[in-house]
Amino acid sequence: MSVLRTLALGTALTVAGFGAAHAQAPASPIFDAVKARGTLVCGVNTGLAGFAQPDSQGVWRGLDVDACRAVAIAMFNDATKVRYVPLTAQQRFTAVQSGEVDMMPRNTTWTFQRDVQLGLDFVGTNFYDGQGFMVKKSLGVNSAKELNGATICVQPGTTTELNLTDYFRANNMRFTAVVIERQEEVNAAFFAGRCDSLTTDVSGLASTRASQGAQANDYVILPEVISKEPLAITVRQGDSKWSDLVRWTFFAMLEAEELGLTAANIDSMANSENPAIRRFLGATGDLGQMLGVDNRWAYNIIKTVGNFGESFERNITPLGLPRGVNNLWTKGGLMYSPPLR
Amino acid sequence: MTSLSSPGPDLRTGAADLLPPRSQRGVVGWMRENLFSNWLNTAITLLLAYFLVRWISGFVDWAFVNAIWSVPGNNTTACREARGIGACWALINEKHRFILFGTYTYEEQWRPLIACALFIALYVVSAMKRFWNKWLMAIWAVGLVAIGVLMWGGVFGLTHVSQERWGGLPITLILSTFGIVGAFPLAILLALGRRSTGMPAIKALCVVFIELIRGVPLISILFMASVMFPLFLPDGLNIDKLLRAQVAIILFAAAYLAEVIRGGLQAIPKGQGEAADALGLSYWNKTLFIILPQALRIVIPPMVNTFIGMFKDTSLVLIIGIYDILNAAKTSIIEPAWQGFGVEAYIAVATLYFFFCFAMSKYSQKLEVDLNRGMRR
Repeated sequence: MSVLRTLALGTALTVAGFGAAHAQAPASPIFDAVKARGTLVCGVNTGLAGFAQPDSQGVWRGLDVDACRAVAIAMFNDATKVRYVPLTAQQRFTAVQSGEVDMMPRNTTWTFQRDVQLGLDFVGTNFYDGQGFMVKKSLGVNSAKELNGATICVQPGTTTELNLTDYFRANNMRFTAVVIERQEEVNAAFFAGRCDSLTTDVSGLASTRASQGAQANDYVILPEVISKEPLAITVRQGDSKWSDLVRWTFFAMLEAEELGLTAANIDSMANSENPAIRRFLGATGDLGQMLGVDNRWAYNIIKTVGNFGESFERNITPLGLPRGVNNLWTKGGLMYSPPLR
Repeated sequence: MTSLSSPGPDLRTGAADLLPPRSQRGVVGWMRENLFSNWLNTAITLLLAYFLVRWISGFVDWAFVNAIWSVPGNNTTACREARGIGACWALINEKHRFILFGTYTYEEQWRPLIACALFIALYVVSAMKRFWNKWLMAIWAVGLVAIGVLMWGGVFGLTHVSQERWGGLPITLILSTFGIVGAFPLAILLALGRRSTGMPAIKALCVVFIELIRGVPLISILFMASVMFPLFLPDGLNIDKLLRAQVAIILFAAAYLAEVIRGGLQAIPKGQGEAADALGLSYWNKTLFIILPQALRIVIPPMVNTFIGMFKDTSLVLIIGIYDILNAAKTSIIEPAWQGFGVEAYIAVATLYFFFCFAMSKYSQKLEVDLNRGMRR
C-alpha cells in the first residue's frame, strides 16, 4: 500500500509539475473549462446523511450539495447545471488532482499534509466537526472524563482510533476497545450493548442517534470534543481565479446570514440603504465582475439556495445536530466571512 | 385336482406387476425409507422439521403478516415500533425507484425501465434456438443501439442524461452484459494463444496477461482503473468512470473465461485436429468448425459458473462510487428516517439477483442437455 501511495504521490507531483509548465497558456484553466462546458462537475460523498445523499427521487441533497449548487448559480445562474460525481474516500484526491471534478465539497478534513503535498487547495471550512462520545443515558455519565475503564466501540485504522488512544493516555485513563471494520456494524454493536460508548465524529454520532427514532432520547452525546476535523471544500491547486470564486461563493452565503438576508426576504431588501447589503446585491460596486461572473451572483445564490444558516437548517438540523461551533462568529461560533468589499 | 377359480394370486401375471405394500410406496414409503428408518433418523427428522416449521412460520409472520407496507410521508415511527416483529416494506415502497434506477432523472425513469426490458428481451431471444442465425447479431446491434439511445438521450426529443446519473439495475445489466459479451471473444483468443505452439511470443503474452489478471483480486483492478489510471492521462483528458470500470471487468472476466475455454480445448482428442489437418483445413477453419464447437460444448457448466460469478461481481463497483443495484439499495437506507432497515433492502436486492442467476443456471442445464443429445447413449 505504501508503495502504491508513493507512486500515486509521485504521479500527482509529476502531473502538478506539468500543470506548472503549462501555466502560461490559459491563466485560469479550470474556470475557463467550466465556463466552456456549461456545467459544473462536483465531487461529493457517495452517501452521507445531511452532507450529500440522493433522496427517494434521486435528487442530491445536503450541505455539501448546496455548496455545489451555489457555485453553479454563480457561474451560470442555474442550480441544476451540476454533474455530481460520487467519490469514495480512496478516490477523492485523485479525482481532484486529475481534473475529473472541478470542486470537491466532500466532508474532507483540512490537514497540513493534504493541503501542502497533494496538489489541492482548501478554500473554506463549511463544517467544523470533531470526535466525540455517545453513551446510553441510563449509564449516568455526564463527561468523557468519567469513562475510565469503559468499553468503547471504534472503527479501526482511522484517525478516530488514534485520537481515542491519545485522549485516554493524556487523561490517565484506561479503556477496552471493541474494534469493528464497518461503521454501520460499529454502530450496531453499540446499540446491541456490546460497549459502553461509541466514538466517531460528532456529526456521525448525531445522525446515528437520530436514526433511532423514538429511542434517540435514551442516548446522549457527551460535551467533550477531542479532535479538530474542519471539513473543507477543495479545488485543484494552480487556478486562483477558480479557487477565489469557490471561496467567495461560500463566504457570500455566510455574509448573507450575517446581514440577515434570506431567500424569502432578499427581494424586499433591494432598496436597502445599508451599503454592505447594496454591495452584496450588486447594486453598487463590481464584486461579481471582479470574480468574472454576473454582478448579481450573490443575490442569485441567496435567492435559490439561501444563506448558510438556511442550508444548515435544511440539511443538518434534521439530524438532531445543534449549530454549536458552526454558528456565526457573532453568535459564538467559528463561521466568519471576511468583508465583501 | 385343478381348480382355476382357486383364490390367491394369479400366477400368470407375474410378481413384477404386483405393487409393493402401501407402506412402502409413494410419499409414505419414501419417508419411511429415508426419514424414519431408525430411531436416530426419526429424531433428527423431527428436530429439523420442528426448526423448519418454526423458522418458516416466523418468517411468514415477519415478512407478510406483521409487515408494514407503507407509511405516511417519511414518518417511519410505525416501522420502528414493529422492528423485529414485522418487516418494513414501506422502505421498498418509498425507495424502489431509487434502488432500481439510482439518480436517473425521476421524470425520465421510464427510459431505463424500457432499457432493462430490452436487455431481458435480448437474453430471451438469444436463448431461443430458432434465432440462432445471422439475424441474432443484427437483433443485438439494434437492441443495444436502442438501449444506448434510451439511456443517453439527446436525440429524438429525449433529454440528455449523462452517465454519472445512471444507476441501479441498468448499471448491473450493462456491466455484466458487456462484460460477458466483451470478454468472450477475448477469452477465446487468449485460450488459443496460450495453447499455440508455433508462436512463443504470443503464447508468452497470453500467459502473462492471464496470470497477471488472475493473480490479483477484481477490487484492485477496479481500483487501478479508477484511482491510478486517471493520473497517467494527460491534462484535461478524462475517460468516463463507468467506461473504465467496464473495461476492467471485461479484462478480468476474459482471464478467467480463457482458462475455462482452455480446459475445453484440452479435452478434445488430438485426433480431431489431426483429422482436420488431413482434410487440408486451414488453422482458422479447423478451429472454428472442428475444435471450438466441441470444446465450448464441454465447458458450458464452468462457463455459466463464471458468468454467474461475473454478474454478481459487478456489485464491486460500489468501491469506486458507481450506483449499481446493490450500492443503490445501500444508499437508500442512509437517510436518517430509513436507517436501520437494511434487511428489507438486502432481501429485495437478493431476490432480483436470484431471479437472474437462477434463470442463467436453469437455462444452462437445458442447453447442456440439448447440445449433448448426440453424446448420450
